[in-house]
Order: sequence, then C-alpha cells, then structure tokens
Amino acid sequence: MIRNMMKTMTQNEGVEALSGEERREFLKLGLKVTGVFAGGSLLSLVSVVEKVYATPNQYHEKYPYKPHYSMVLHVDRCVDCEKCIHACAKTNDIPAYGFRTNILERQIPDGIEQQVEFLPVLCNQCNVAQCARVCPTSATYKSSENGIVMMDVKKCIGCLSCQVACPYNARYFNEEKWAVDKCNFCFDTRLSKGEELTACADACPAGVRIFGDISEQTSRVYREVHQVSRTVWVLRPEAGTKPNVFYTRG
Amino acid sequence: MANGMSGVGITLVELESALITRMRSGSNGYYVAVLISGLLMLAGAVAGLYATVGGHHTVYNVTREIPWGVLISSYVFFVVTSTGLCLVSSIGHIFGSKTFMPIAKRAVFLAIVTLMSGFFVILAEIKVPIRMLIYNIISPNLTSSIWWMGTLYGLALGLMIMEFIFLMLGRYRSAVICGFIALVGEIAANSNLAGVFGLLNGREFWHGPYLPIFFIASAVMVGAGAIIFFQILAQKINGDEMTGAMRVCLAGARKVAILMICVILFMTIWRTVSTLAGMPNGQYVGVMAMLTGPYALSFWGGEILMTLLAPLVLFVLSRGTHVRMLLLASAMMVFGAFFMRYNMIIIGQTIPVYIDLNVTGYTELLHYFPSVDEIIVTLGGFGMTGFLFLLGEKFFNGHKVEEH
Repeated sequence: MIRNMMKTMTQNEGVEALSGEERREFLKLGLKVTGVFAGGSLLSLVSVVEKVYATPNQYHEKYPYKPHYSMVLHVDRCVDCEKCIHACAKTNDIPAYGFRTNILERQIPDGIEQQVEFLPVLCNQCNVAQCARVCPTSATYKSSENGIVMMDVKKCIGCLSCQVACPYNARYFNEEKWAVDKCNFCFDTRLSKGEELTACADACPAGVRIFGDISEQTSRVYREVHQVSRTVWVLRPEAGTKPNVFYTRG
Repeated sequence: MANGMSGVGITLVELESALITRMRSGSNGYYVAVLISGLLMLAGAVAGLYATVGGHHTVYNVTREIPWGVLISSYVFFVVTSTGLCLVSSIGHIFGSKTFMPIAKRAVFLAIVTLMSGFFVILAEIKVPIRMLIYNIISPNLTSSIWWMGTLYGLALGLMIMEFIFLMLGRYRSAVICGFIALVGEIAANSNLAGVFGLLNGREFWHGPYLPIFFIASAVMVGAGAIIFFQILAQKINGDEMTGAMRVCLAGARKVAILMICVILFMTIWRTVSTLAGMPNGQYVGVMAMLTGPYALSFWGGEILMTLLAPLVLFVLSRGTHVRMLLLASAMMVFGAFFMRYNMIIIGQTIPVYIDLNVTGYTELLHYFPSVDEIIVTLGGFGMTGFLFLLGEKFFNGHKVEEH
C-alpha cells in the first residue's frame, strides 16, 4: 500500500489525483500510527490488544483458539496470602521442591503509601511459545484447541532446554514424573472435568486472578483487556512470546 | 601393514600379533597415562550413572533457574573441538592441500573421539536418556535447534567413522565423500548448537547472530590448536622424528591458529565494547560479571590469557619450529577453551529472567558452581579423549598417512 502511495506521489505533483481508496488507506494508516503512539487514547481505532501483545499482530480481529484461555492478574489486589500457590500444589500434586505458580515481591522504598508490591507469576501460555519451539521431541506443545502449552510427559527426555528457553521461569523438573512440569491452567485436573476456573483463580480471596476465554467478547478477561481506559501489560514483552497472561491494576 | 591396517589380505593371526606388538611398544609413561585416563573415564561413567539412576537433583548443583551446568558446557567444549578438528583436517584430505595431509587420519580419529566424549558427558546430563533414543526418532520437532544439533552430530559421527575406516582400507575416494558429508554435517550441527542459545529471545546474553559466528570461528581456532597439541604428543608417544612434511603441516596449523586467535580477540573486544556502549541490560550484566564480577578470573585468566593471549605470544615466538613452545601454546589454548564455553553457558543463565522487574531474589546474578559429581563426569570426558587417543596411537600405528 505504501509502495503504491509512494509511486502515486512521485507521479503527481499533488494529492488531487489520489483515488478514494488510496485516501482511505492512508487515513487508516495514520489512525493506526496515531493509535500506537497515543498509548491507548480514545481517539485510537486500534484495539488495545495490539499493545498488550507488544507488537502489531494478526490477533487484532480474531483470537487463534476457541476457547482461547487467558488470565488477567490484578496485581494491586494481591497480599501474598499464597492461597493460590497452595491450591495449585494440592490440585496438581506439586512436590515441595517445585511450583507452577509463584508470587514475586517487589520492594519500593520510595513508594507513596505502599512500599511493597506482589506479582503473581505462572506460565504465560505464550502464543509464540519458545519452550515448544525448542523441545526436541515435541513433549511440550501448544494445544491447537485452547492455546494452552501442554506437556506430553512420556516424551520428555529431560534435556531441560524448555526451562532455559522460558522467559518466565515457569518450568521445573518433576522427579516423580521424570518430566518437566508446568502450569496448564489446570486443564487435566479441573477444566476438562467441567470446572470453569483454575485452582489458583478459584482459591484467591481477593479476586486477583481473572480466568476465562479471551475469544469470547462477553468474558471478563476480554472486557478487561479490551477496556481502552485500563492499562494492561504483559511481562517481558521484549521476549516476543505474545503471552496470554495479562497484568493490570484496579 | 606399513600404513595402519591398509594391508589387504592380512590374516587375523597376523593382525593380532601386530596389535600386541604395537601395544607392548609403549613406554612406562605411556602406560601410566593410559591407566590414569582410563580410570578417569571409568570414574566419570560411574558418577554419571549414579546421577542418572539416583536423580540428578541429589548430586548435581543445577537448579530450576540454572538447569544447564558444567556438563553442558563440557559437551559444547568437546563437540566444538570435534568440529574444529574436522574442519582443519578437511583442508588436507578433502580439499587437497598437501600441507595438511600428514595429520589427516589422526585429526579424523580425534574428531570422532572428541565427539564421543561430548556424547559421554551429555548422556549424564540428559535426565531420561532412554526416552531420547525413542522419541528423538519417532517424535522429532523440526523447529528445535537441539533436535537438529543432536541428529546432525550423530550423523557426522557415523560418517566420520566410515571415513576413518575407508582411510584405513586405503579407499580414499569413499573416504573423501564420507568426509565431505561429515564436514557439512559438523558445520551444520555446530551452527545449530549455537542456535540453541542464539535463538532464545528471552536470554539477552545469548540472543542474536553472534554465537553461531563465534562458535564456528572458535571451532577452527581450537581445531588448529588441538592438531598441534595431539600431533606433538603423538610423536613423543611413538618416538617418531619430526619429518619435513610434518614441520610444514604444524607450521600451517600454527598460522591458522594465530589468525583465528586474532579473529576471536577481535570479536570478543567488539562484543564487549558494544555492550558497554549500549548497555543492553541482560547482556550488560553478563559482560560485567566477566569483566569485574564473579567470573572475572575465569574470563581474564581462562578465556583471555590462557586461551588467546598467551598462546598467541607463544605461537609467534615459536616461529613454528620450537616444539616445546608449540606444545605449551596449543595445550593452553585447547584447555583454556573450556573456560570460554563455561563462561558463555553459565553466565547466560545466572542472569535472572526477571532481572528487569526488580523483584526480591532476582536482582543480582544467581550462583552456580559444579558439584563433585559433575566435576568427575567432566573429568571422565577428558579421560575418554585421552584414553582413546592413547590407544589409537598404538592401535592404528601412529595414524601414518599416504597421499590421496
């Protein structure tokens, strides 16, 4: 489109000769550029999802999975009670030396009214999952049905390349299973049995963890991520993994 | 039988007799070296088996955050050395340069030996090796650098063994064909090995095209050093005089080594300068860990002085003729490269993935130091290289080479 524009521009002295279609294309481009730089202003016609995915991408109009499981974490509500960690461990039989979800702590000495913040972390179920790319035997893979990054335990050779590749420290080697273990949004222990929430989301007393299908416009995760006035971010966007775990406040 | 086993038509009894004679021809020092390297290999095998059966977590110091320890860096050390040996030797027996012809057989043999040593240590690092044998074949992931690396190195190993057999039998055309394909396999495997690290967006210390270029350049450097080192040792073991052709060969290998040391120095300097200038966080933390942090001794002492600067000075001063200087320079370079691999692999993981979040426990470099068990397995890899090299010298009658 830009090439056509440039071609037209170089062939004409002014913009009078531009067709209506080209004018519209140019305006759309301008709006997108403005949207990206305006940082989610109301004038932007570009969905906020493009920003939380860190790069303009193909998921603007359509999410690739159905259901497309996702989680929004309200970090300001977390008090580090660790009920999520215990519920996860109990539900998924996590040994004492491992964890699928954790709560990180950030000290803010010069913070006003608050000097500490808690940051729950778990597998980000990335759309560009580095763990799945590096696994030599496809023991870890991205489910084509729901987007969850799954483990096929019997194929895991224990090379731990997925652990090294993961930008979120979301994996550990389970000595009992003889395989790497990770969060799968409780798919085998809850979702596949008809439950609608993960164990951690269900156990959280403060409503920190909002879980749902982001491809469903009526879901809370969709509404929160797409709420233009809300600031939503992902961890380590520079890793380019397009996570499905989002962070927000309020 | 003047040339290894190239004598066709030899009876089994004659072969047995020749081998026994050769094996009995060693000095006391030779047998001590065989014994020590053999025991090291055995100890490494026992330590590796113990860890695999009992669980790595009980004896290895690797953690959730640093899952790859000294065994992975040892693996990289051995297989990159193998690629280097394969590359430098190919100049002679594949591409026809007469200068490098005299070391052809020994270099191919050593490329096989170092690759096997690499497999030896990584077998103790893979937690469920039995599944690897099955699912690498029936469930391959073609986007995985590790899968390609392992498969290509495996292929290269098979081809180099065939190449060596053809060289022994005097079937040089077949040897050249196998050698050429093995060379392509080794280079591709080496690139994929670097890709294991270089393709990881989430690890800034590794990410980018630097490592694949660095790996292949350092492979050639170490390959040239290894050829000089093992060639001089072999002559001492076999009591051979330095022939004119061998002098020319070592002088050629020395030139390659000097050139590649300069290339690696150039790369190291520019990587450091660009990191200090731009300060990309993950990479900056890692480079500072090498320059002034906990890895300063390993970097300045092991990587810069032992692997690059001291060998460079010694190689230049030796003028290619001072054998002891050549031996010392090449030994320092080959063993120093171990620190080069160790620094690259360990530091890349000691930088926490959440370092930019400023969260408790992840604001500083993580700690790793190999356990006794890991060190024994690593020494086992060195033992295996030494043991097979020593046996090979007698078994294959000093790897004497005809022109081909």
